[in-house]
Amino acid sequence: MTDTTATGAEGRTHSSTNRRDIGIKKRYAAERRFKAYGIFAIVLGVTFLCILLWSVVSKGYTAFFQTEIQVPITFSEEILGTPQDAAENETKLLMANYPQLARDGLIRLLGIDPEDRQAVTAANGLISQGVRTELRDIVMSDLSAIGTTQEVWLYASSQLDSALKGQYDLNVPENRRPISDLQLRYIEELEAKGAIAQNFNWGLFTSGASSRAETAGVGVAIIGSAYMMLIVLALALPIGVAASIYLEEFAPKNRFTDLIEVNINNLAAVPSIVFGILGLAVFINWFGLPRSAALVGGLVLTLMTLPTIIIATRAALRAVPPSIRWAALGLGASRTQTVFQHVLPLAAPGILTGTIIGLAQALGETAPLLLIGMVAFVADYPDTPLDPATALPVQIYMWANEAERAFQERTSGAIMILLGFLALMNLTAIFLRRRFERRW
Amino acid sequence: MMENIQATLNERASVTPNRTIKMKTEKVTVHYGQKQALNGIDLEVYERQVTALIGPSGCGKSTYLRCLNRMNDTIDAAKVAGTILLDGENIYDPDLDVVELRARVGMVFQKPNPFPKSIWENVAYGPKIHGLAKTKDELEEIVHTSLKKAGLYNEVKDRLDEPGTGLSGGQQQRLCIARAIAVSPEVILMDEPCSALDPIATATVEELIDELKQNYTIVIVTHSMQQAARVSQQTAMFHLGDLAEVGDTEMMFSNPSDKRTQDYIMGRFG
Ligand SMILES: Nc1ncnc2c1ncn2[C@@H]1O[C@H](COP(=O)(O)OP(=O)(O)O)[C@@H](O)[C@H]1O
Ligand SMILES: [Mg+2]
Repeated sequence: MTDTTATGAEGRTHSSTNRRDIGIKKRYAAERRFKAYGIFAIVLGVTFLCILLWSVVSKGYTAFFQTEIQVPITFSEEILGTPQDAAENETKLLMANYPQLARDGLIRLLGIDPEDRQAVTAANGLISQGVRTELRDIVMSDLSAIGTTQEVWLYASSQLDSALKGQYDLNVPENRRPISDLQLRYIEELEAKGAIAQNFNWGLFTSGASSRAETAGVGVAIIGSAYMMLIVLALALPIGVAASIYLEEFAPKNRFTDLIEVNINNLAAVPSIVFGILGLAVFINWFGLPRSAALVGGLVLTLMTLPTIIIATRAALRAVPPSIRWAALGLGASRTQTVFQHVLPLAAPGILTGTIIGLAQALGETAPLLLIGMVAFVADYPDTPLDPATALPVQIYMWANEAERAFQERTSGAIMILLGFLALMNLTAIFLRRRFERRW
Repeated sequence: MMENIQATLNERASVTPNRTIKMKTEKVTVHYGQKQALNGIDLEVYERQVTALIGPSGCGKSTYLRCLNRMNDTIDAAKVAGTILLDGENIYDPDLDVVELRARVGMVFQKPNPFPKSIWENVAYGPKIHGLAKTKDELEEIVHTSLKKAGLYNEVKDRLDEPGTGLSGGQQQRLCIARAIAVSPEVILMDEPCSALDPIATATVEELIDELKQNYTIVIVTHSMQQAARVSQQTAMFHLGDLAEVGDTEMMFSNPSDKRTQDYIMGRFG
């Protein structure tokens, strides 16, 4: 046994002196080390991504639900006037004291003595001041509601909403929390009546800016962002593709085109805020376009997106095998025919992917929009791209500066909406690439 | 090697020399930037004959071929000088548009390069851009006859709407020949058309070339001397940008006068 081992060892020593020393062990060690670094880097990246997503989602998912209270509202003629009056004079109806309708309804529901000032104030603090528009919309759309009593789901105030979502520490002394013991008792009563519920918060998607969290939404921001994306798509795609085709397929290769190439690459690296300053100077101060408008935002983002699209398009054009061009040219096709009938269709998936990635970048861009005044309080939907609007990331920025708890959850909620749009765009890019690449 | 080629030549019935000049180049030089690739080539290409261009790689065969249909125009660095005549007419004559020239002088490339489109569209593209067919029926007629002439029709007649890139290498190359034929060229240039094909596909394409010479003038670049011997009537030997020797294929292989040709045929370089 010992003998065999010895011979074996000897034999190995013998043969290894014959073999070249190429450091096999070292090579494997280096390979293992490199693999370990790689795995470590990936784990680190994924961990941070998870932390990010978890922190956003855990804070933000509650924003998609909004507490509402079901209150029997009497649309009394005393406050609103008769339907005849209303038909004659709309202003009276517009200016009527709707919050009082809500307050009266609630104290009746809770059986509070209307003379008890403290109790009435406490109860009133449970419903949102946004009821003004909510109730007005009901009456304005149907005048026959006047004089009737209807069960209406009213937005709860953000204090009630936050309290129910567990965002306040209710164990601290009463004077150190935004919701009083009396109010907590009313909430319990309402819950017992089944008059309180957390419903899906459509308002988050449809409302505009508001100083009250419960009636604030990203509706205007989504419209503003959509306008800007359309403008970027309509301008940057054709301009970028035309520039790329010219540079790649037609322009002579000389110093001048080299210089242009270098500049385009540099342009892609210019900080976005610089584009904002450019937009302010050129589009607003010089061309006199309105501030805060989606048109200006779109133009600025177009400038920012152009280099991305040009670089992606040129790469896609270069990836088309030259033999395809020879085939077409050899048949007597002109350069233009060759490009548009053969090269461009093959480059399309690459161009589309680059465009969508450029658009996604533009969608998330904030800094240049702050400079051109899109950081405005806009409550009404913009009718045209010339009207004041905000953008999704700017809305997030503005909400992040608000102190109220209810705005914090909305900040995270809006981030989730933005991330959702970005994920959707990237999925579209992947889908298009898969779809078109099959034709190769 | 020599015996092999000799055998091929003897097998073949001797060709009656047809001496109509189809294309002619005089003192053609080509520069790529500073580098000279062709040093004054004088060569005549005869109608309805196959002219083979042979020589070691890098000697300028492809460059010369590209002169004949002005494909060198598409290479930025390339500068062509000298006279190139097609039926006695200068191909750089402003009266002869390059589009028309390329319709009359078609090209088949080294690597089969069908468009990533259907077989039908591959063949129909040329006639379409040159307006050769007025009706759909005429176009269909052209596509079918072109595929027949390229000996591909029977293999693909049931799947004309399938992608041309799905065919085998040899079929793809015949599709490219059909595509070139579809615009009714007078001359077909072929740059090592069989170098990417297996021996059986090569044999098929060689037979096809032999048939095509009834109707077309063919200039073929090849790195295989057997192939030159098998398909061509005239052979031109290029060497480092010079035309070393040109003559009847039979003569060239049995009795080369140039030392470089002898060496090349003997396989001493290349
Ligand atoms: N597009 C080009 N740009 C620069 N030089 C080229 C180009 N094409 C060919 N050449 C040069 O011209 C010479 C002849 O090339 P080519 O005609 O392709 O030779 P062959 O086909 O006989 O192998 C070679 O030295 C080659 O490097
Ligand atoms: Mg070549």
